[in-house]
Amino acid sequence: MASGEEDGAVEEKETNNKKKTKSAVAIAWLTFYNIAMTAGWLVLAIAMARFYLQKGTHKGLYRSIARTLKFFQTFALLEIGHCAFGLVRTSVIVTGVQVCSRIFMVWFITHSIRQIQNEESVILFLVVWTVTEITRYSFYTFHLLHHLPYFIKWARYNLFIIMYPLGVAGELMTIYAALPYVRKSGMYSMRLPNKYNVSFDYYYFLIIVMLSYIPLFPQLYLHMLRQRRRVLHGEVIVEKDE
Amino acid sequence: MKHYEVEILDAKTKDKLCFLDKVEPNATIGEIKSMFHKSHPQWYPARQSIRLDPKGKSLKDEDVLQNLPVGTTATFYFRDLGAQISWVTVFLTEYAGPLVIYLMFYFRVPFIYAPKYDFTTSKHWVVHLACMCHSFHYVKRLLETLFVHRFSHGTMPLRNIFKNCTYYWGFAAWMAYYINHPLYTPPMYGEQQVKLALIIFLFCQIGNFSIHIALRNLRPPGSKTRKIPYPTKNPFTWIFLLVSCPNYTYELGSWLGFTLMTQCLPVAFFTLVGFIQMTVWAKGKHRSYLKEFRDYPPLRSPILPFIL
Repeated sequence: MASGEEDGAVEEKETNNKKKTKSAVAIAWLTFYNIAMTAGWLVLAIAMARFYLQKGTHKGLYRSIARTLKFFQTFALLEIGHCAFGLVRTSVIVTGVQVCSRIFMVWFITHSIRQIQNEESVILFLVVWTVTEITRYSFYTFHLLHHLPYFIKWARYNLFIIMYPLGVAGELMTIYAALPYVRKSGMYSMRLPNKYNVSFDYYYFLIIVMLSYIPLFPQLYLHMLRQRRRVLHGEVIVEKDE
Repeated sequence: MKHYEVEILDAKTKDKLCFLDKVEPNATIGEIKSMFHKSHPQWYPARQSIRLDPKGKSLKDEDVLQNLPVGTTATFYFRDLGAQISWVTVFLTEYAGPLVIYLMFYFRVPFIYAPKYDFTTSKHWVVHLACMCHSFHYVKRLLETLFVHRFSHGTMPLRNIFKNCTYYWGFAAWMAYYINHPLYTPPMYGEQQVKLALIIFLFCQIGNFSIHIALRNLRPPGSKTRKIPYPTKNPFTWIFLLVSCPNYTYELGSWLGFTLMTQCLPVAFFTLVGFIQMTVWAKGKHRSYLKEFRDYPPLRSPILPFIL
């Protein structure tokens, strides 16, 4: 019985050590991930600025950065895994919804419907996404390194106030512009009769997606506003004590 | 006999909501809830959560005052659970919907399909069979709600009825639309496929019913006791040897049968979503069985023998 108890104690120590090493690996990975994503979106921002400065027009801009955008935006799917495996303390569902909506815009709208790639609304949401992501990923990076410059924190909790609505506007206008082309081509749609006894109309699906922004956007926006108040409110209290 | 004094504080604000003096030591939480209800008529007992600790677990209605770790002046914390609705009401509403909605599509009521199809019937016999199976399933559920099930809780939050009805009614409409559509395509392997599907469906319906009866018999009328379910003389209950929640296993089987019978992707989707939800419930139930009973049979899995 004595040896049994000893084994139990040894086992516990090992799992504690395992837990500690897991955290160090997790932090290393997350730091690498956030630095890489910050760099990626910076590259995108610079490429976009360069194109516009050189060509003087936004036509063809999307095509020039499409591969880089798809790579880094798709890579963000990993963030769902981070939440699911407890590396990051955010809700899987919230992250899932945000990442999936981005994936949807990139792959199922701008990639698939080539006729709208030169719309101004595409540039609008690309600029918004770029600014937002650079701020967000650098915020996470500095936070992990325990050295958070105030202006990054300020940017994260204030820029969204105009970025969110502008981004939503860009996305909605892009989907709206895509509608006639979807209708004409009948893309991603399935009609009856077929052996699966199901039908899908991408045109009406897109209209439903646009309508879903109405309940979803205010919730996300209010959530960010509440977080902002909590962060700023905390700061105020500290100042008072000093 | 020493009487107790009971004070009830709001769990969040710690405000004193109610003070009861001369409470019998053998009074139950249920009785205290009724007394609290008298001074606060808007909080009927079903929506009261009474606890010893503001962040702790709710006390049960059956708990007796003198058996709780409190002094002669007991302090309880109250949380409002929000408007409540009875489980029976929710079940009846959420099951009556699919029954009615499916039949509307089956009879091709106007404004669903093109006008030339109004009130016509499908030429495929599998469509008639599917309607009978679907209707039978929901009639069975309604009757079980009224006569078989013994519920642990009387009520659930009111918002659940909207959530649940959206789920059941929405999926029923989606499935029924395609199965009863004039352009419906019967199953690929014809009669063989439909016959096999029907056998699976009926087998699982009987199985599911057998489990519900077995579970009911575990619990005497009006009681909320929990016991380990075991196989009975009914062969359909022998699955208890391998599974904690065979009612969900059989339910999955029924819907797999219905999917095979109709060869309809929305039905497959409904089956999948239901399976995910039932697995979550089964795992939870399995865990509480393990926690509550030291001698719980180790061979059992939550929902799928040996797998899940």
